[in-house]
Amino acid sequence: MTLTLNGKKTDIQDDLTVEGLLGYLMIAPARVAVEVNLSIIKKNDYHTCVLKDGDKVEIVNFVGGG
Amino acid sequence: MTDNLIIKGIEFKSRLWVGTGKYKDFQETKLAIEASGADVVTVAVRRTNIFDNKSDNLLDYIDPQKYKILPNTAGCFTVEDALRYSRIARETGISDLIKLEVIGDEKTLFPDVCATLQATEILAKEGFIVLPYINDDPIMAKRLVDAGAAAVMPLAAPIGSGLGIRNPYNIKIILEQATVPVIVDAGVGTASDVAVAMELGCDAVLLNTAIAGAKDPIAMATAMNHAVKAGRLAFTAGRIDRKLYATASSPIEGML
Repeated sequence: MTLTLNGKKTDIQDDLTVEGLLGYLMIAPARVAVEVNLSIIKKNDYHTCVLKDGDKVEIVNFVGGG
Repeated sequence: MTDNLIIKGIEFKSRLWVGTGKYKDFQETKLAIEASGADVVTVAVRRTNIFDNKSDNLLDYIDPQKYKILPNTAGCFTVEDALRYSRIARETGISDLIKLEVIGDEKTLFPDVCATLQATEILAKEGFIVLPYINDDPIMAKRLVDAGAAAVMPLAAPIGSGLGIRNPYNIKIILEQATVPVIVDAGVGTASDVAVAMELGCDAVLLNTAIAGAKDPIAMATAMNHAVKAGRLAFTAGRIDRKLYATASSPIEGML
């Protein structure tokens, strides 16, 4: 399937959960927040939220700012 | 007796709050923040660099156990965006605090006050501890408190300008009316600006560029650390009145 991942079209295996995606990207869930199609996904739901072709996924974290 | 700032039951060990932007690298960020003595650090919410997972994370250098993390909504120009960034920030599970910025204009980075007020009301109802960035406008400060702001953060001058406190009298009026802490945010240039803010009676000062942009950020962070303490102490000590004419310090009696 193809996801729009942080604004970039990315081909990735089907039926991946948010947890699976973070694992694939080697991102620790503790310090990020995830939004799928503008809805925030709760950390407890990472393992049940299955991504679909065309989903817009945003993975955000904190960066330097004032 | 402690003289610590408390907002919504949260006790702050320092009255200097610092940003984490514009530093050369995370190591410099860490050293400058340590030197500043701050225990609140602001951060921005941005996309994770997912295609380079070896890149460092800011929070590896700024330990959330040691510092209070204050996410901002910098770069947001609408209520919707500010709400989105705030909710995402909270979902990291690191902080319920939000430094609410709804910017009205790219050149001045002055706040859109109507949008800031709307966003404050919504976020406060959702349980956020909302710290809105505003103009030095006493009326808007009152309106924001009515809308649920936990503190108000009037600018000293435009963000990153280093002009210092442009309108100390407005800040004074905000302070006189305030029923919540007043934190000067933005526009500070050097240590004396911080001292002036604290001497006026402000509860804290938030700054970023004044340290990060200094030739020696670590030394400037140290200066700011002293300035905020000196200014606060001068405020609580109670300064003398200003007078137009001289009053001799040495006695007349006993002169030859």
